[in-house]
Amino acid sequence: MGRTLAEKVWDDHVVRRAEGEPDLLFIDLHLLHEVTSPQAFDGLRKNGRRVRRLDLTIATEDHNTPTLDIDKPIADPVSRTQLETLRKNCAEFGVRLHPLGDVEQGVVHVVGPQLGLTQPGMTVVCGDSHTSTHGAFGGLAFGIGTSQVEHVLATQTLPMARPKTMAITVDGELPEDVTAKDLILAIIARIGTGGGQGYVLEYRGAAIEKLSMEARMTICNMSIEAGARAGMIAPDQTTFDYLKGRPHAPRGEDWDAAVAYWKTLKSDEDAVFDAEVVIDAASLAPFVTWGTNPGQGAPLSSSVPDPASYEDPSERLAAEKALEYMGLTAGQALRDIKVDTVFVGSCTNGRIEDLRAAAAIVEGRKVADGVRMLVVPGSARVGLQAVEEGLDKVFKEAGAEWRHAGCSMCLGMNPDQLAPGERSASTSNRNFEGRQGKGGRTHLVSPQVAAATAVLGHLASPADLSDAPATAGV
Amino acid sequence: MEAFTTHTGRAVPLRRSNVDTDQIIPAHWLKKVTRDGFEDGLFEAWRKDPSFILNQPERQGATVLVAGPDFGTGSSREHAVWALQNYGFKTVISSRFADIFRGNSLKNGLLTVVLPQETVDRLWELTEKDPAADITVDLVHRQVRADGIVAEFELDENARWRLLEGLDDISLTLQNEADIAAYEAGRPSFKPRTIEV
Ligand code: SF4
Repeated sequence: MGRTLAEKVWDDHVVRRAEGEPDLLFIDLHLLHEVTSPQAFDGLRKNGRRVRRLDLTIATEDHNTPTLDIDKPIADPVSRTQLETLRKNCAEFGVRLHPLGDVEQGVVHVVGPQLGLTQPGMTVVCGDSHTSTHGAFGGLAFGIGTSQVEHVLATQTLPMARPKTMAITVDGELPEDVTAKDLILAIIARIGTGGGQGYVLEYRGAAIEKLSMEARMTICNMSIEAGARAGMIAPDQTTFDYLKGRPHAPRGEDWDAAVAYWKTLKSDEDAVFDAEVVIDAASLAPFVTWGTNPGQGAPLSSSVPDPASYEDPSERLAAEKALEYMGLTAGQALRDIKVDTVFVGSCTNGRIEDLRAAAAIVEGRKVADGVRMLVVPGSARVGLQAVEEGLDKVFKEAGAEWRHAGCSMCLGMNPDQLAPGERSASTSNRNFEGRQGKGGRTHLVSPQVAAATAVLGHLASPADLSDAPATAGV
Repeated sequence: MEAFTTHTGRAVPLRRSNVDTDQIIPAHWLKKVTRDGFEDGLFEAWRKDPSFILNQPERQGATVLVAGPDFGTGSSREHAVWALQNYGFKTVISSRFADIFRGNSLKNGLLTVVLPQETVDRLWELTEKDPAADITVDLVHRQVRADGIVAEFELDENARWRLLEGLDDISLTLQNEADIAAYEAGRPSFKPRTIEV
């Protein structure tokens, strides 16, 4: 019987298999950041252990870093301590680190792919649930907890129970104004925040094959929001073209050997998935969330659902609580929801294509009165490239704030936060209560919807701009 | 890791689904660089509400959390497990846990027990009516027992053994050093390295 892509990559990394035990998997790349590593390094120290494979380990700073005045000392002493702890640990153990101010600094999931360190067929882990992003290259990438971070540092392996596989087949073609973000939000709304639990998701089908690497990363990034630890997409020419020439991509003969291997990385025709979901791309539309988990979303053209319409009592209760927290009423048109803040950035939508898409929409327009728009590149490199292309000017002229790279308003750990009761349209991945700051209310959207929302002051898509250019939303 | 064999304690019934790790321990607590001192951050936002179940005097000292489905979704933060343990919880019961949270909990000796929602409903009813009711979670017999309720639960044999013995994963893995070295020797040369060594 044929094997799925996930099974192939899994099998290629089994160090040890024994009856009644989880498989011991080799880890090709371990990404570290300041939040989930300090207790792991402490553990190593306590047990007199070293980092087994420094050449497969890399660290950066992202969650706590400010996006303004980055040359000044960090104001929050607790954040500062955490960053200093990472610096000390990396120096002591010999780990390569890209600290704040370094040209390769940025959100960990933007940095890996951009350096060419994330490649097809690899196992990638990081103490961060959005590690699923890296699966866009056709590898197995999953978030781990701090105990596992310590385990990988010490052994470069992880004992793991083999996951089940789920195919998410997206047939047909996405309408012109529908982005990868809309697609993944629609998938999560369909299968639920627990729907992918225990599975590795493989996104496939004509609509997926047409996506750029950056769009594929957006999709895989949010696999965890459907409960799946990992999402993946089979590598193809798009993947190879993206990787070619990147700092850590193979060269010469190694490149040829790598590509020959990468080409074998797809689910066999006769492979059997444990579950399958089929989505018709043509049926999709711009999608936004109205609630407090990423599964509580709906097409932008629809309205806030009535909790009474849910049959499942726990879902009904969740919807009631969500509406109360979000300050919304059932039946209200989603387009009528006014926002005070727009955030473009994060590991979901902070790459150069995302910034280009948002810039194309705000160009020559103004951010609505009373709305603040924050544009935060996912990495320092993305920021530099955007400046080279003049995108920073476009944003600033429209009245948006152009910031330095980091997680920023994706989560309330650094100075970029919502005030209680403030409402945002955000290109990030989580709309949990308080995620963007205590009492803050989040609507997850695509960069295109974020930009149009900034201009109009209420949830909107580029098509709602009266002078919408024909290309908006592409 | 502390071993877990059997535990009996009073419960906190938490009638909410999709309790994500941002609710269990908000992000600003993640700046700490230790594994302890997270108890005050547990469910911090909800605890501001005096009517929140954890604030009820009769729930003080409870050690068994009976939660709704999809407990522990979202961020991979192990701090969520530490916060529950620092607060005093020994075990969490739910009909469905998020994967990463479950893995983290078992690695720290916080036993996460999966029971059918009907049984969770019965435990909720029982412990809401009688806050003094004890729940026993018995890992040796893989059983949850409370007044009028006996429910078996599953946990894979390997995870159970590690918990019962309180074994540290890293030492177990390091016994397989020869396998790891053999695998490393066979890795293709085109695989990327972060630094030259
Ligand atoms: S950008 Fe947001 S989701 Fe991504 S790593 Fe940072 S905090 Fe996590």
